[in-house]
Amino acid sequence: MAKAVKIRAKLKGDVAAVKSLMPHPMETGTRKDEAGNVIPAHFIKTVTCEHNGEVILVADWGASVSKNPYFSFEVKAAKSGDSIKVGWVDNLGETSSGETTLK
Amino acid sequence: MKPTYKRRRMVQGLMAFTAMALLPMRLFAARNVPAFKATAYDNAVKALFGDKSITASDKVTLKVPDIAENGAVVPATVSTTMEGVKSITLLVVENPNPLSARFNLTPNVSPAISTRIKMGNSSDVVAAVETDSGVFTATKNVKVTIGGCGG
Repeated sequence: MAKAVKIRAKLKGDVAAVKSLMPHPMETGTRKDEAGNVIPAHFIKTVTCEHNGEVILVADWGASVSKNPYFSFEVKAAKSGDSIKVGWVDNLGETSSGETTLK
Repeated sequence: MKPTYKRRRMVQGLMAFTAMALLPMRLFAARNVPAFKATAYDNAVKALFGDKSITASDKVTLKVPDIAENGAVVPATVSTTMEGVKSITLLVVENPNPLSARFNLTPNVSPAISTRIKMGNSSDVVAAVETDSGVFTATKNVKVTIGGCGG
C-alpha cells in the first residue's frame, strides 16, 4: 500500500496555495543496482487535483520528476471549509491520495 | 407490460452512464504517450504541440537555479501573467526523455506551479505555456555539478 500524499493548504483571500508531497521512489528504469541489474521503472504517471470533488488540474508526469515528488499549485475561488484533494496513479497501477480542508 | 419501453429506458440509462463516465476525461487531453517517449527535444515538442506557433515570451516566468548541486532534485517554478492558460509543460532539453511533466489546467487554478525535476546533465530547461493563441516559452540554462562542491 502506497503512502498517503502529504498535503497542506493556506488560504489567502480567495486563493488557496496548496503544497503536496508524494512519497514515491520515481525509478526511471535506467538505473542499475549494485549487482548490475536494471531497477525496473516505477513512477507516478498521473496526478489529479480536486476542489470540493471537482477536478481542477490533471498532470501527466514522466520518470524525470524527482523522487518523492513535490508539487504546489494555487486554487482560485476557494473559501474556508472547502476540501482539496491530490491523488496519483503510477505506472504499476498503484494509487494514493491525500486530502485537506481549508481553514 | 411494454417491453419496448423497458428496453428504451435501459438504453437511455446506459447512454447516460457512458456520458457520465466520459465527462471528466473529455475535460483534459489524454496522456500524450509519444511525447513522453520521445528521445529528442524537437520530436517531443512536435508530438506535444504539432504545428502550433511557438514563441519565446517574457510573460512566462521560469524559476530554476543557475547551478544545481544535485541533478536529481532541481526545483522548478513556472508562472505566467497570460490569461486562458490550458497547459504548462516542463522540458529538459538534454534529458534521455526531454518531456518531464505536463500540467493540464482549468480556469479554476492559477497558472503557477512548482515541482522538482531530475536532470542528467547541464541543460536548457524549457517551460511552455499553451493558450488558445499559441505556445509561449521561457528557457533557462541549468548547470549540474554532480558530486561537486557547488563549483
